[in-house]
Amino acid sequence: MPSEKIHVRTTVNGEATDFLCEANQSLLEVLRDVLYMTGTKEGCNDGNCGACTVNLDGRIVDSCLVLGVEADGAAIETIEGVATPEGLHPIQQAFLENAALQCGVCTPGFIVASKALLEREPNPSEYRIRHWLAGNLCRCTGYDKIVRAVVDAAQQMGGKS
Amino acid sequence: MTTVEERNYKVIGTRPIRHDGADKVTGRAIYGIDYHMTGELWGKILRSPHAHANIVRIDTSKAEALPGVRAVITGRDLPVAADMELDDGETSINTAHLSNNVMAHRKALYRGHAVAAVAADNQHIAEDAVALIEVEYEVLPPVLVGRDAMKADSPLVHPEQTTKTMSYRFDPGTDTGQKSNVAGRTEMRLGDVEAGFKQADVIVEREFFTNWVHQGYIEAQNATVLWNNDDSIQVWNSSQGTFNQRQLMAEILKHPVSKIRITPQEIGGGFGGKIPVYLEVPAAVLSKKSGRPVKMMMNRSEVFEGTGPASGSQMVCKMGATKDGKIVAAYAELVFEAGAFPGSAVGAGAQGMFTTYNIENILIEAYDVVVNKPKSAAYRSPGTPQTCFAAESVVDELAYKLGIDPLEFRIKNAAKEGDRRADGVAHPVMGNLECMEALKATDHYKSDLGGPNRGRGVASGYWGNAGMPASCAVSINPNGTVSLAEGSPDIGGSRVSLAMMTAEAFGIPAEDVVPIIKDTDSIGYNGLTAGSSTTLRNGVAIAQVAKQAIDLMKARAARLWETEVDNVDFADGIFFSKAESELKLTFKELAAKLMETGGPISTAASVAPRGAGPSFSTHIVDVEVDPETGKVDILKYTAAQDVGVAIHPSYVEGQVQGGAAQGIGWALNEEYFYDDSGRMVNSSYLDYRMPTSLDLPDIDAILVQVPNPDHPFGVRGVAEISIVPPLGAVANAIHAAVGVRMQDLPMAPHKIVKAIQEKDASSNGAG
Repeated sequence: MPSEKIHVRTTVNGEATDFLCEANQSLLEVLRDVLYMTGTKEGCNDGNCGACTVNLDGRIVDSCLVLGVEADGAAIETIEGVATPEGLHPIQQAFLENAALQCGVCTPGFIVASKALLEREPNPSEYRIRHWLAGNLCRCTGYDKIVRAVVDAAQQMGGKS
Repeated sequence: MTTVEERNYKVIGTRPIRHDGADKVTGRAIYGIDYHMTGELWGKILRSPHAHANIVRIDTSKAEALPGVRAVITGRDLPVAADMELDDGETSINTAHLSNNVMAHRKALYRGHAVAAVAADNQHIAEDAVALIEVEYEVLPPVLVGRDAMKADSPLVHPEQTTKTMSYRFDPGTDTGQKSNVAGRTEMRLGDVEAGFKQADVIVEREFFTNWVHQGYIEAQNATVLWNNDDSIQVWNSSQGTFNQRQLMAEILKHPVSKIRITPQEIGGGFGGKIPVYLEVPAAVLSKKSGRPVKMMMNRSEVFEGTGPASGSQMVCKMGATKDGKIVAAYAELVFEAGAFPGSAVGAGAQGMFTTYNIENILIEAYDVVVNKPKSAAYRSPGTPQTCFAAESVVDELAYKLGIDPLEFRIKNAAKEGDRRADGVAHPVMGNLECMEALKATDHYKSDLGGPNRGRGVASGYWGNAGMPASCAVSINPNGTVSLAEGSPDIGGSRVSLAMMTAEAFGIPAEDVVPIIKDTDSIGYNGLTAGSSTTLRNGVAIAQVAKQAIDLMKARAARLWETEVDNVDFADGIFFSKAESELKLTFKELAAKLMETGGPISTAASVAPRGAGPSFSTHIVDVEVDPETGKVDILKYTAAQDVGVAIHPSYVEGQVQGGAAQGIGWALNEEYFYDDSGRMVNSSYLDYRMPTSLDLPDIDAILVQVPNPDHPFGVRGVAEISIVPPLGAVANAIHAAVGVRMQDLPMAPHKIVKAIQEKDASSNGAG
């Protein structure tokens, strides 16, 4: 049955963004099918692959496990907000230069997660990077080049977030 | 044959940024499910909860009555497809079986088999509606294991199916008329295996088991389909081969291929699993019935249970060698579970099994057996990871018994150009021995293990690769760039490799080529993005279209210089007059003069190359085994692979690393866990548990470059072989670490602990 829609007020990538959603819609579904922001990907829809990673009030979450209504009042950052008019973020550039993607469907999640790591810890060890990214599955690369890209991005960013 | 160094390439071998890169790191790339149409509906499939059941009755009335539901279909809404084998280069598919697989007609043959489908205003209504469909099943006893299915008293998955006998991969075969779950028996015979074993001083015979595994691509199968009012069908999907899928849809729907257009969107991984059609067919029928475009996407459980994983197997492998270390005979019996319909990769597995070695006497008996599990599909070097796991374990044990270093033993027996495979085909130019020698020279191979309970394993592998047709077109832009139209979905970076070969041919930078992937009406036929074939076959087409375009441009230069075309030549991006040395035009300069010399230039070509260069590879791995818990840590990994000519070395390394990672997952952890009723009980990423970044070390990829002499750029396939050696390499490393031979995949901790306990008990008993 079509149900009552709920008015939700958020900030998405720095812009005040209101939307109407049903109570059973996940934040992932809202982003993709209500706001048509398809950069955030669905891999499993049960919180086990990280393809739908977004930053919610400074914490990375699987947006498939957050209800749209739970985002009321929250600041959401998605892959669409990572590049600026000045250009790609150093992490995005490092993913390209290190060939850290093949099919690319997990890439938005990895970039959002990596950015959150470098904002907290500007100089993570390789082990720390592997530990932080263990919630993001990639089936193409074997992770080797992804880890190198994050190390490279940290260096490019001069150890500063 | 020229080496890669002697070829003096300017673009090939460099590492430019991929052309689709900016789209993919910003979230702007449009994958299948990201494509939207006005008025689209969401579709959902109802799947069988039983592994084997007759469908007695389906009542869709409650679902149809739910507000927001626009169409409901069952197998009765599909035409009956003709019984026809389509050989697509990677696997063979019978169209009647495929039709039955996408929507069960009378019988559910595995848990997860589609039995009905709904299109509704949104996905939540579609899910609710699916739950309202009532199906009455007559549950039948399932058969789940290949060897059980071969027994005379086994339930028959297809009561009318008879066994065919074959003697090579893709052999049409001879029908024995014998009703059985064994769909095919392939026998490959080389030399005299009985006489070979008589020469052997050491013989090892072992039995091996592997479980079902999934390709694990992160993007689930999805499709958006419009059956228009003029009976044209348009599909936007995630595809490893649009032309093949167009053909499959045409056969299943009995619809002309010219009225089906597939526009491939970006694809989020496939590894063979996105070769067949699944959702495309029910979405088309739902669209016809509802008069609206229909969008469908599987959830992750549906991907595990309702698509095409890789076969489980039961294998016997026996090999014999002389005291001085020459392998003289090899025998294998291979039982592959095809799933609900015939067509496992057992033939390919047989072809690849002993192929790394020069063995004069071989007998392989390979069985393709139907069971009540999903229809298996291709998965990266289909069939060969399983068979090479068996062969490489036995090779390692032979070396161990003979007291010869396992890598030296492989070098001693390595197949070379002219040696024969089990099916009698002689090897062309290839770099098998070169990979082994490259590994022997690494610091890794020479290093100490550095601790107790650690071991180093070696394994080799072979994959034949495929040719398949390709079509490309180029147009010369007035600013000296080239637009490249191609028709092979780019699954892992082929756009950049195709652009680089184009750039090399025209003598321009890679960035000056614009590669675009076209739909099935906008470019000529292309084979699958599979068989490690995309860069190879398109490279042949690119060499041809570039030559055609350059010949046309030579004529333009001749016109400008008022000379004969024979006096104009082209090298390193410059057109020049052979008669007058001062007459020169760069490619860019001449491109700017096309309009004034006769108009634009574009060329197209379709090719069907033969002689896909085969792949050879050897891997070494160091592991540490915790003898208390059985947990295995991968410490260090190095893979050497003959890649022909590496067009973009980073993406070639990526293929090597990615395949090794999948192989490690297959070796240690991944499996379909079934209960006795045929229910997969771990159908989520959480419970299936593919390797994460924390489970793997850096994977060192050594690119050995033995150019393919049959290819204009020396290319041989690079994408699949890397999954073949890891299974055996990890097993051999575990043996080196703790002295147990693991013959049952995955090598899960509890199995390793049990093997260690049994070994300790038997050595205590002996002592």
